[in-house]
Amino acid sequence: MAEMKMIATRVSYGETLVELARQGADDLVVLDADLAAATKTEIFRNEYPNRHFDCGIAEQNMMCVAAGMSTMGYVPFVSSFAMFAAGRAFEQVRNTIAYPHLNVKIAATHAGLSVGEDGASHQCCEDIALMRSIPGMVVLSPADAVEARAAVIAAYNYNGPVYLRLSRLASPVFHDPETYRFQIGKGEKLTDGYDVAVVATGLMVSEALRAAVIAKRQGINVRVINLPTIKPLDEEIILTAARECRRIITVEEHNIIGGLGEAVCSLLSEKLPCPVRRIGVQDQFGHSGPAAEVLRDYGLSAEAIANAIREVVRPEQPEQN
Amino acid sequence: MTKMETLQLKLTATRVRMGVIEATHGAGCGHPGGSLSCADVLTYLYFREMRIDPEMPQAENRDRFVLSKGHCAPALYATLAERGFFPVSDLPTLRHSNSYLQGHPNMNTVPGVDMSTGSLGQGVSTACGMALAAKQLGSDINVYTLLGDGEIDEGECWEAFMFANHYKLDNLCIMIDVNGLQIDGPTNKVMTTEPLDRKMDAFGFNTIVCNGNSFVELEQAFKMFDLSHGSGKPTCFLLRTTKGLGVSYMQDAVDWHGKAPNDEEYEQAMQELREAHESLEKEIELNNG
Repeated sequence: MAEMKMIATRVSYGETLVELARQGADDLVVLDADLAAATKTEIFRNEYPNRHFDCGIAEQNMMCVAAGMSTMGYVPFVSSFAMFAAGRAFEQVRNTIAYPHLNVKIAATHAGLSVGEDGASHQCCEDIALMRSIPGMVVLSPADAVEARAAVIAAYNYNGPVYLRLSRLASPVFHDPETYRFQIGKGEKLTDGYDVAVVATGLMVSEALRAAVIAKRQGINVRVINLPTIKPLDEEIILTAARECRRIITVEEHNIIGGLGEAVCSLLSEKLPCPVRRIGVQDQFGHSGPAAEVLRDYGLSAEAIANAIREVVRPEQPEQN
Repeated sequence: MTKMETLQLKLTATRVRMGVIEATHGAGCGHPGGSLSCADVLTYLYFREMRIDPEMPQAENRDRFVLSKGHCAPALYATLAERGFFPVSDLPTLRHSNSYLQGHPNMNTVPGVDMSTGSLGQGVSTACGMALAAKQLGSDINVYTLLGDGEIDEGECWEAFMFANHYKLDNLCIMIDVNGLQIDGPTNKVMTTEPLDRKMDAFGFNTIVCNGNSFVELEQAFKMFDLSHGSGKPTCFLLRTTKGLGVSYMQDAVDWHGKAPNDEEYEQAMQELREAHESLEKEIELNNG
């Protein structure tokens, strides 16, 4: 992966907003809460200053302003950090955007531990849980810059509320922009294998791919599944994996409570019980540090995933270091 | 406004108040107090001020109204029904499990409701969004929103006030129903919000203090709002009102914020309102004669 381009999904988000506007999305407007440089909506602001509205550090008002604009025919993209978009303004999103099912797109950057140095106050590992519990909310969590672009376009074309989970950290771009096709509600099988299925989302997908390479060297064939849509869940791809691989590991940069892992477990417990190992933040707060180190500290690295794969597939063999 | 026009509005507002009593009595719960304090301003808005057409509740060029104090849905529903958006006879189904008249306004089920509200502090922000969108579209519509004086305890209101001023939303009319009471008691005992006029002035509003239960004063206030278009300043009405107005035992009584009249209380309330209605009709007849 060393030769892969490294781009943060938030950068792709800002660029895709411009792309959409250039292609004639005249109803697209962007709202931000004094974080345009960080959320990358400044890329849009630089080209379309009259369609970018800074709301100041006031996320609650911003969410509802977007709701009001959507009733007038606009398609607002609202941005802040995940902590404030999903956390602070949760009730505004729930009551004023989702309850009337308004056409507002909440693009939240700086999700998860990979915020890094800012520490626990800004490392939101609860947003998937909050957003997927709201009726009618679509929850997207793209894995790289190519998928983020596709997700932004899909969110724009979809009529209804969407939560888009984006990252601060530059990450490997493993999708081919020429051939990649994205559809809301569809997962993607990245490698074929029958020993275990690793279902991952967001930045953890590229870690899972690296883990699969490590496992392969140990003779374990891993099916890596990328789930860029957390809700609605692609039930078929997970049930097929459970049937064919019999063991599942979920990986997410999120609390294991309420996130991707629980969504997968809920589905399987009702339709096809199967052992599941959930890799994620183990109900803890994060801490400051360079993103890669923090992720490693919380067991969210390719190496940690590879260890879990070995434990799950060969429980009789002790860990080899 | 002629004397006759004032009398006609008073007559309509009395019927709106009857609708509030019918609805809350039918529901067995709900919020009559704050609904009665704002019955007059809602009547003025829907019968004199706003560009609306009950036949086309989704018309793009209609003025918008957001009931930020969404718990006063009985007053909004009664006004919309009286104006012809849906049958007045549906009002007693308020809050019933098979009714489209949800406990708090629902834009997707009730014709004429422009925004779903109920959680305090949020409606005013949506009104800001509508007003901003109208400016962006080059549309000449006005956006009106009504808040409670207890509601402005919510910090989001003040975020919205700053926003309205920053984006020069002179097509936005924020009305605060200052009836002086909230659930736990008088507003000045629960949480001090005064001096509201100076605060709204400081937030950049064209601030107008008036008696919100007087049609003559309301007319003056709305004229000043019209005159403020182009000023770059949003307008704020501080409507001094009486909570529970029109029903003797509900007037200025804090415990009538959120409970419904029982059968006996219902009869008494309707009797009082019918008498007020009859005397207004007589006065109209005399003036005609």
